[in-house]
Amino acid sequence: MPGITREEVAHLARLSRLELKDEELDHFAEQLDAIIDAVARVGEIAADDIPPTSHPLPLTNVMRPDEVRPSLTPQEALAGAPASEEQRFKVPQILGED
Amino acid sequence: MDLVSYEDALASYDPVMGLEVHVELGTNTKMFCGCATTFGAEPNSQVCPTCLGLPGSLPVVNATAVESAVRIGLALNCEIAEWCRFARKNYFYPDMPKNFQTSQYDEPIAFNGYLDVEVDGETFRVEIERAHMEEDTGKSTHVGGATGRIHGADHSLLDYNRAGIPLIEIVTKPIEGAGERAPEVAKAYVAELRELIRALGVSEARMELGQMRCDANVSLRPIGREKYGTRSETKNVNSLRSVERAVRFEIQRHATVLKEGGTIVQETRHFHEDDGTTTAGRVKEEAEDYRYFPEPDLVPVAPSRDWVEELRGTLPELPRVRRRRVQADWGLSDHEMQSVLNAGAIDLILETIDAGAPADAARKWWMGELSRRANEDGVELSALAITPTEVARVSALVVEGSLNDKLARQVIEGVLGGEGDPDTVVEKRGLRIVSDEGALGTAVDEAIAANPGVADKIRDGKVAAAGALVGAVMKATRGQADAARVKDLILEKLGAQG
Ligand SMILES: [Zn+2]
Repeated sequence: MPGITREEVAHLARLSRLELKDEELDHFAEQLDAIIDAVARVGEIAADDIPPTSHPLPLTNVMRPDEVRPSLTPQEALAGAPASEEQRFKVPQILGED
Repeated sequence: MDLVSYEDALASYDPVMGLEVHVELGTNTKMFCGCATTFGAEPNSQVCPTCLGLPGSLPVVNATAVESAVRIGLALNCEIAEWCRFARKNYFYPDMPKNFQTSQYDEPIAFNGYLDVEVDGETFRVEIERAHMEEDTGKSTHVGGATGRIHGADHSLLDYNRAGIPLIEIVTKPIEGAGERAPEVAKAYVAELRELIRALGVSEARMELGQMRCDANVSLRPIGREKYGTRSETKNVNSLRSVERAVRFEIQRHATVLKEGGTIVQETRHFHEDDGTTTAGRVKEEAEDYRYFPEPDLVPVAPSRDWVEELRGTLPELPRVRRRRVQADWGLSDHEMQSVLNAGAIDLILETIDAGAPADAARKWWMGELSRRANEDGVELSALAITPTEVARVSALVVEGSLNDKLARQVIEGVLGGEGDPDTVVEKRGLRIVSDEGALGTAVDEAIAANPGVADKIRDGKVAAAGALVGAVMKATRGQADAARVKDLILEKLGAQG
């Protein structure tokens, strides 16, 4: 089974804005490998007549009417924020974007 | 950088476009939660655990949003998926507190359609790749930078009221063969789509409020070549005029780079309204970087064929058909109708007629004075601070004889200037035709007394000289007299025949 490479871990880390040290890349590559191996075993059981499944429930069209329900108050909404300003969530400078 | 002229660019290259339009639906609630969608509400007052992505919250699809998506798909002549899923588009950016946007990936609810648009009386078919459901993002304010841009900002502030509002993204197939008309086709497509969305009643599609936003992909290939060139994607082009300008600029920019032997970088670009140019944004992330996967918290949407047919039955008269009918009703030539369409005036005129104005007058005001004002201010007609009802009121005042055209223009100026509705402006500025015969008679007598030489000429039969006296009376009444009536009075008093 081809394993997860450390380059792939570095790529994922970059996308997730996680800073990983060199030794952590190896460490997580190994761990992710083990997880993917475990999940891959499900694929061994699946036969050709079993379609890939994203939802375990045989349900479709679960919808709600377009009726307004109460929202949180701004104070409640911001209560869990590490920082806020002007009734808005405050986040650090955004890098690498324009 | 000196740009290659548009004509030179088109002499060597064939433009190919792709247009992605986002439409914010006008539903009462968000896509996946019951939060209200009221525009301009206090920051973070329309948020809940679901749209904030708090642990344990679960999304539920808004039935009206799905219905709107299907109706848009049908109006665009699309096939409607029998079964489709939502997908998570993963990205790290604070405009979505969930760290992903719930969208659709390879299973859009509508696909393979087309929209016919008209440019200079010719029909051009724009093929639709797909229309899919997703949700809008929150609004960021960048603080500390000199210009409110990200560069130099210390931190950003997020308002999530908009996060989760239903969006329909409509994506065209590559638009080929438009040649030099590419910018006009792009504009006509967005305009037609906007009309269609409004006719369906699923959104007001007001571009100036961000309810409809366009991303324009442009690439060039040497004439005669099959293979597409590398494309740039100009984001958030938010008026019809800007769509045309952005496409035109990108055609010239690409041609300039290519002629100098350079290569086009696949990237997103920003359009600048002030000078009509674009500048580079970030280098485009590859599709797989978003790590799309089926949304596990939402079950698939499976519109039954019966329901789809029922919705097909609710489609309104489509804008193209309606235009033909209106043109016949108003008895306009193709050219006149084209001017009305180019000005984006058809709905405004129809609403003005609905509000009681004669068709001719409604058209005259919107296509004349108001178009002139909109041009001067560089805005679309619909963005002017006057409503069809107010225009109809001005028209009624003219019809009943309270205003002449000159005074009516002053009333319109007052309404546009925020002085109030037409009656208020008439009142405040004292703008009514002087129909009091006594007052008018006095003004005429004074004019005759002040200009004895002119009066003698008229007495001698030189009727044309009356113009000078009419002018004097109009001046004395500050333009508030009926000029034809004034002339009659002068001739009467001097015993001359008109
Ligand atoms: Zn919510």
